[in-house]
Amino acid sequence: MGLDEQLQKDGFITTSIDAVIKWAQNSSVWPFPLGISCCAIEMMAAASPRFDLARFGSEVFRMTPRQSDVLLVAGTVTYKMAWVVRKIYDQMPDPKWVISMGACASTGGMFRSYSVVQSIDKFLPVDVYISGCPPRPESVIKAIMMIQDKIKSKEYKPALVNFGKDVSPMPHQGSNSVM
Amino acid sequence: MEQYFENIHSVIKLNTENYEIVKHRNQITYTIPKDNLLDICFELKENPEIALDMCVDITAIDWLDKKHNRFEVVYFLYSMNHNKRLRLKVQISESSLLCPSVSEVWGSANWYERETFDMYGIKFEGHPNLRRFYMPEDYCDPETGEPLYPLRKDFPLMGIPDSMPLPPYPEKFGDVI
Ligand code: SF4
Repeated sequence: MGLDEQLQKDGFITTSIDAVIKWAQNSSVWPFPLGISCCAIEMMAAASPRFDLARFGSEVFRMTPRQSDVLLVAGTVTYKMAWVVRKIYDQMPDPKWVISMGACASTGGMFRSYSVVQSIDKFLPVDVYISGCPPRPESVIKAIMMIQDKIKSKEYKPALVNFGKDVSPMPHQGSNSVM
Repeated sequence: MEQYFENIHSVIKLNTENYEIVKHRNQITYTIPKDNLLDICFELKENPEIALDMCVDITAIDWLDKKHNRFEVVYFLYSMNHNKRLRLKVQISESSLLCPSVSEVWGSANWYERETFDMYGIKFEGHPNLRRFYMPEDYCDPETGEPLYPLRKDFPLMGIPDSMPLPPYPEKFGDVI
């Protein structure tokens, strides 16, 4: 029996802290919209009234990594951008999850070239991959629901592990002179 | 030929005898020596009969060993008053890689030349800020230390391994770099 139903019946429950935290986390997954190319358009559509991500408690797109639970990487990640993505990931408080949206973020997609990272799982622990170029908004909703399933079931992640730590510096870019 | 292009022709003829002209589908391309480039560009912009006041794009072509001079820098110009376009080409040999900068003539050339330098390694003399545009500034072959230019024909499609580092994988909770 779910927590909701028990609450309705008796008005009180006895349960573990874990279960309550998971229940709370699971109903308000706040994504960080890292829309770095065309996939971002479908990500925005998923939050729009037509597809209505709000039904699953994830309509609050936080524009700062400090307030978000899920990093939604929507687009092509280049080698230069990879450091920025990692920096944003580091700034998110634990527990955190990563969704790799679209062919580009998951495999490099059609950009099989020197500048594009051929899958972000080379430097980030990805929880859910979404296929498609771009994926339908329904797939984004499905991915959020899979994250909720993960929260509910086995994958417990401790909170606030990196609280207060400093975050990553940018890589060395060389001196300014070329000639 | 139209009066407008005759004006252009006379300007180019006045500055150099060493030019080639190609006409294709009403598009006109001049190949001129790089020593005369700046004078010609100034004149093309300032002459009110021509007034090519907008530099739309600058790029380069790598002919590898198909031509005597490996590189060709291409300028796309546009005149807003006359609604006419012109293409200029300058040949650059692989040994010197030097080309005069036209960023004094057209301000927009500044970034186009930086991009062309980044992708082909052509050094624009007199450019105020010739740094890499897209790639990391210290982008070079990790073994030889040579700078890499990705749009050259002899550059491998997937790049040189380890020339651009990725951030490390976070092994455990709380890993930051
Ligand atoms: S997967 Fe397709 S839609 Fe998404 S960022 Fe790549 S090219 Fe754009």
